[in-house]
Amino acid sequence: MTRRLIPILVLGLLAGPVLAGVLGTLLPALGVTGQPGAFTALLNWPGLPRAAGLSLGTGLAATALSLALTALILAGWSGRRGFGVIERLISPLLSVPHAAAALGLAFLIAPSGWIMRLLSPWATGLDTPPNWLILNDPYGLALTLGLVVKEVPFLLLMSIAALPQTQPRRSALVAATLGYGAATGWLKTVWPRLYPQIRLPVYAVLAYGMSTVDMAIILGPSTPPTLAVEVVRWMNAPDLSGRNVAAAGAVAQLLLVLLALALWRLAEMLGARLMASWTASGTRGHRASRVISLAGLGATGLVAGAIGLGLLVLGLWSVTRRWHFPDALPAEWSLRSWHSQTSTIAGLTSQTMLIAAVSATLAVILVLASLETHRTHPPNPRLRPFARLLSYLPLIIPQVAFLPGLQWGMLQAGLSTGTLAVIAAHLVFVVPYVYLSLSAPYHAWDSRHACVAASLGASDRRIFWRLRLPMLLAPVLTAAAVGLAVSVGQYLPTLVIGGGRVQTLTTEAVALASGGDRRVIGVFALVQTGLVALGFALAIAAPRLLWLNRAGMRHGQ
Amino acid sequence: MKPLHVLAVAAAILGTSGTSAQSGDWTKVESAARGQTVYWHAWGGATTTNDFIRWVGDQVAASHGVTLEHVKLSDTADAVGRVVAEKAAGKDTGGAVDLIWINGANFAAMKEAGLLYPSWVETLPNWQYVDVAGKPAVTSDFTVPTDGQESPWAMAQVVFYYDSARLPEPPTSIAALGDWAAANPGRFTYPQPPDFLGTTFLKQALIELTADATLLQQPADAVDYDAVTAPLWNWLDRAHPHLWRAGRAFPQTGPRQLQMMADGEIDLAISFSPGEASAAIANGQLPDTVRTFVLEGGTIGNASFVAIPYNASAPEGAMVLANFLLSPEAQSRAQDPEILGYGTVLDMDALAPADRALFDALDLGIATLSPAELGAALPEPDPSWATALADSWTERYGVAR
Repeated sequence: MTRRLIPILVLGLLAGPVLAGVLGTLLPALGVTGQPGAFTALLNWPGLPRAAGLSLGTGLAATALSLALTALILAGWSGRRGFGVIERLISPLLSVPHAAAALGLAFLIAPSGWIMRLLSPWATGLDTPPNWLILNDPYGLALTLGLVVKEVPFLLLMSIAALPQTQPRRSALVAATLGYGAATGWLKTVWPRLYPQIRLPVYAVLAYGMSTVDMAIILGPSTPPTLAVEVVRWMNAPDLSGRNVAAAGAVAQLLLVLLALALWRLAEMLGARLMASWTASGTRGHRASRVISLAGLGATGLVAGAIGLGLLVLGLWSVTRRWHFPDALPAEWSLRSWHSQTSTIAGLTSQTMLIAAVSATLAVILVLASLETHRTHPPNPRLRPFARLLSYLPLIIPQVAFLPGLQWGMLQAGLSTGTLAVIAAHLVFVVPYVYLSLSAPYHAWDSRHACVAASLGASDRRIFWRLRLPMLLAPVLTAAAVGLAVSVGQYLPTLVIGGGRVQTLTTEAVALASGGDRRVIGVFALVQTGLVALGFALAIAAPRLLWLNRAGMRHGQ
Repeated sequence: MKPLHVLAVAAAILGTSGTSAQSGDWTKVESAARGQTVYWHAWGGATTTNDFIRWVGDQVAASHGVTLEHVKLSDTADAVGRVVAEKAAGKDTGGAVDLIWINGANFAAMKEAGLLYPSWVETLPNWQYVDVAGKPAVTSDFTVPTDGQESPWAMAQVVFYYDSARLPEPPTSIAALGDWAAANPGRFTYPQPPDFLGTTFLKQALIELTADATLLQQPADAVDYDAVTAPLWNWLDRAHPHLWRAGRAFPQTGPRQLQMMADGEIDLAISFSPGEASAAIANGQLPDTVRTFVLEGGTIGNASFVAIPYNASAPEGAMVLANFLLSPEAQSRAQDPEILGYGTVLDMDALAPADRALFDALDLGIATLSPAELGAALPEPDPSWATALADSWTERYGVAR
């Protein structure tokens, strides 16, 4: 059966470029290409301990905080009436690309940012911005905050997708009957079963947090920067030997991520023990439940507020002509930033949209094909964890560790570096996220429908096209929107694989961020966000319009 | 492809030994250029330059049928790295980069590695207007002879800008700047080396502080580096605690300082473009109380160039573009502070009266110094100094020990 080959093909597509890229990075780092001493040069860099520590610290702190806030929000509110609001907030929050969220946050919390402008001079007595090291602080606190704000919606989305498999309603009922507070009961009964389901997304968050480049450039420290940013700098060094040091740095980054994953695994075991003894203690935790609900509300407010106000201030700057500290609002307004950028925006938007639409569509087709093949031809169960890990490889191996090697390999193979190559590179990152958001609803689909249809004589193919796909339309479109968002947000793959020739809204926004003209940055960050938001809006609206006359299809059965 | 082959190809294309331009050869270049797409890799961090490059693209498309794609870099080294990667992979034709905005260490590295198209600059028809005698920087890039491998298109000179509403009397020497910074903590900073403007600040300070500035014309490893640079590190050690964020964070680029000045975070900033402040006033980014000045001992000046990689896909189109950049039309537009505010590389006396009138008609802007006020530019040190100073700086201040 050739169909059995589909999942293998998809896995090869995901893991192949990553492994080839790591190899392409390792060779120059080890001096195989004829220039030894790359690791010596790396170890001689006096900033190494601090840069590595920063990567490790911000990554672990951001992941732990994001996970904790996610747990608080879910424990406090899932299954309650207010949860609908939180669920509806997730898509818009997710649709803000990392770079735009970081820029919005920077405009908000800087000493000359909007918060200080709103408070000055009446509350602070300041006419000039205070000389505080809030942004780009040496401990990476601003970077950690930015990561948390972006990752909580992602972890929430993943958790909500996985929740039905843990049957939270029944657990809540049993826990309540035994006298547990709502949130405490949830944490003791549902969370231990939910966490294994979202473990790989959590690992992806950890790896991303440690190796992000665009967010770290905008929010992170610079004396020294995180290791990933420094690796990109070495890649760009004018003296050409820097490239081998970059390769060595990329290998160090990879080892660092593996170390962090090992540390996290240890923490998981410790956490499981603590959870077990807390559960066994039998405390009903009524007061704790109320505190957890309030904390969950606070966490939601923090995340939504940081992103929402960030977008608002980006919008304000985009229509500003003059806005001096400490005015709360611009002194002179102007649409000039929008007018002068119209032609650039049009070109970049169509390029970005083309890449995102093609890669998201291909990703959805590949993921559906491989999920359906898994269902009809279940793979060897012993291979499943291995296959699952392979499919997450692009999310767990840091981008700086394999993209330069991949670029080198593609050049060796004589492959062109145009839009097609960028789409292929985006696919490597888009497929895992599409898989993440589609596999749970796909498996959760009640297979008794298929039994009924089969007993009525329908073929597998007919069941898929007439029954499964229409019933899963909403999650399929949501997965496509997630894919679109992932593609739009890609910075390093576009830059490195596109050879600079392929420009998107994201590469433009990050390039402009270095120049610091907030008015133009605002324009590009907003357009970038708007494009992704449009994708999510369509994903939500399309099923409702299509199933206008089918009440039972409108709530994702 | 070996460099010799490149030379042969270049000679074949140009049909000339390289120094004398014959109109027939240029016509061949122009006809080969028609229909080509030129990927110009140029720093894309400032909207004013991006808008100017877009205008250039419109002009060459209309006049020569050359399509210009501006590849916006956050760092020129990205393009250098691209060419290096292509050479390593044996991609000796059809490269991704057709033209690079370049100077200094990037040029020295590419020239050294044989990555540039040779001897094409003086064949450009507009080369005759370039002020080679009056502006030595157009043929000597950070002391490295350009050898016709890069074509100048803008002059730059270090100036400082300040808001006269907040700071009536700015300090006009590095020594005075140090005292002023100590008296006004948190109000001055400079871009973080290895950013080129930050490194330029180090060079500028070194020229004033070191005992014998002529040593800087030699490579950094040919002199007693520690002794020559010691006064600079002393000055920085004393100044840093009084800088913006106590010297624990720095702006990452020069234009970033415009926003900081507009926000009132700093009172004084360095710039490499005498017209930058006027341009920023014109587009509303800075208040109209901002003025510029140069240091008493003079300031460093250099030229910006464009170069063509040896494996460019559209070398003829790139030459047409470089030639257009040298036209009085493009040069006067670049000098207009409403547009860009860059200094011209042309010799006013070599121009036809009508072309000269384009420059005479310019209002250089409220914050721009006259050529007399700017004074003669000091020469750039050898390119090795930029790398050496940036490395030492990073080791001392960039790794938070």
